[in-house]
This record gives sequence, C-alpha cells and structure tokens, in this order.
Amino acid sequence: MIASDESAMQDLLRALPAITETDLSALHDALAVSAAAEGLLDVAYRTLDTPVGTLLLAATDGGLIRVAYRIEDHDKVLENLAKRLSPRILYAPGRLDVAARQIDEYFAGQRRSFDLPLDLSLSTGFRRAVLSHLPDIGYGHTATYAAVAAAAGRPRAVRAVGTACATNPLPVIVPCHRVIRADGSFGGYLGGPAAKRILLELEAA
Amino acid sequence: MTAKQPFEAVVAQHGATVLRVCRAVLGRGDADDAWSETFLAALRAYPELPGDANVEAWLVTIAHRKAIDITRAAGRRAIPVAEIPENPSAQRADGRDLDLAAALAGLPRKQREAVAYHYLAGLPYQDVAAVIGGSADAARRSAADGIANLRKSYPGVAAGEGTAR
Repeated sequence: MIASDESAMQDLLRALPAITETDLSALHDALAVSAAAEGLLDVAYRTLDTPVGTLLLAATDGGLIRVAYRIEDHDKVLENLAKRLSPRILYAPGRLDVAARQIDEYFAGQRRSFDLPLDLSLSTGFRRAVLSHLPDIGYGHTATYAAVAAAAGRPRAVRAVGTACATNPLPVIVPCHRVIRADGSFGGYLGGPAAKRILLELEAA
Repeated sequence: MTAKQPFEAVVAQHGATVLRVCRAVLGRGDADDAWSETFLAALRAYPELPGDANVEAWLVTIAHRKAIDITRAAGRRAIPVAEIPENPSAQRADGRDLDLAAALAGLPRKQREAVAYHYLAGLPYQDVAAVIGGSADAARRSAADGIANLRKSYPGVAAGEGTAR
C-alpha cells in the first residue's frame, strides 16, 4: 500500500521538468555575487590551466591566500582552507581575475614579477619570515637554501628553509622554485621536480 | 567529528534537490528567488551549523521558511493554486511535464509541501513533520492525500504499475 505509493510516486515525479546544469550554474553564479556583496564570501576560488598543470587559486578579502598544484589535491586544499579559515568558500572566479591574468602573463614570458595583494596568514613564524625574503631572489636568478636561511636571519636553519619552501601556500607567486641546493641541483619542490624545472627554464629563457 | 565541507560542496550536492523542492512548492516563477535566498541564508549560518547536522533537512527547513516569506510578500499576486487549469488533461498533447507541474501546483499547500519534502527531498516523515509542523502521521496523511489528488488531476499517474490499495 504505502510502498507501492512510494515507488509509483517516485516514477511519476521523474516526469517533472528536469533541473539543468544551465539553471544551476546561473543560480550559483548569482549566489557568489550576492555572497560577496553581503560580506559572506570568506574564500573565493577558481582553477587555471598553466604549463605546470591546473592550479587552484584562492583569495580572501585580504588578497591571494593559496595557490595549489594538482598533486596537492585541490579538494583536500579546499577542505583545509575550510578548516583553517572558514567554510564559507565558493567557486567565484571574479575575485581572481587579476591574479589569473598575471599568472597567464608570467607563463607567456611577459611578466617578471607579480603585483598582487597577498594574504600570508596561512604561514607563521620563521616560515613566514622565509617566504617574505623569497621575492628578493629576482626573476631568472636562484639562491641556495643556506643563503635564504642567512637572509632570514638564521643561517643554520637550512632545513627549516626547506620546510618553509615545501609548505609555501603561494607557489609560483612567492618564488620558492628559485631556491636550489648548494651543489646546483634543483632540490625538492612541492609541485614536483618537473614543475620546478619548467619554471626555472621559463625564467632562464 | 567530521570537518565541515567547503560551502561549494553543499551547493554542488544539494542545489538541484533544493531547486526541485522550491519549484514544487512555489511554482517555477518564484523558485529561483527562493533558491537564492535559501542558499544565501544557509551560507550566512553555515559556520555555526553542527558538524553532524543533516544538511539536506537543514536546507529544506530554510527553503520552507523562504517559500512562506515569498508567498506572503507576493500579496495580491496569484499563488500557484490559482494557475491550475480546470481540466489539465486537456493540455496533455505535447506537455506531460507541464501537466504534472500544474497538477502539483494545484494541490493544497500542505500536501504540496509534504509531497515535495518527502518524495523530492527524500526526508522521512518525522523530518517532514519537523519542517511543516504537526505529527509524522499527519505529514504522511498529507503526502498520501497529495498523491491521491495528483492521481485525480494528472492522468499519467501510475495507471498501470501503481496500485492505490
């Protein structure tokens, strides 16, 4: 009795007009706009296809807060932002238009430094001190982990510089790829060795 | 305790269901507004939502309140009940879907809500009752009455497979 009603109704309701992707994406985009207008969009994100793979870009009101390689797992990165900052996170490419354009220009060889507001709040203490010194290594140049440690005021903290680079929340923008080993080998990279090579070759060209 | 998902995942998982519910309860004209207001209110409250909450039931509760607000604000405007044709079967030739939407819109509000929240959102009657008020049995009766009325006004209903009793 009830059971046959349940299944009959479920069959029946399939005849209701379908919800299309177009319906939903228009509603979603309008939601992102009104959320931003109401100050409810704590983190906006988008993805960007580049020669080093698809990058995730995320921004708060304060600026770009996260650039993530695909191998970091974009879903995990967003979950982590939800945990550390706020779960009010939406796909909202508008806030990232300028960042995306500058990154495109960089990979096209038309840009040597980024002019973007950055939100470094994911990085604290010595790691943050290291990151703040990395932009001093100019485009096309490299520095050793030891040299960066000295510049950050702790010459013996070479391993900590490695950790700071490995946990850089803003790779590409904050140029941890320009930090290499004393013997000239590239050393590790959070985006993988191939990505580091692509960036250094791009800048050497 | 599970960590809270980014709100984007909530929209991706529940956006279609909430829109279906809004269309069923309000008709197509006001459904988009109800959806937008529901998700904006949900986004506002999301950080305080307990990690183990039933997100779908929570969204349906918000959508229910927004639908009531919209209906009230509509004031003199015709509500979907007024749009039901006297004889929906007359329209069937090329629009089975529209017929069903019209038949649904022609149900009394409580039946429409019970049908939408139970059959479209998949809430158990206890949760439906929590949203619309009254007991779980009353919610079940409203949905059953809704089905019976739909069968009367919408000729495509379960002529073969379903048996009324």
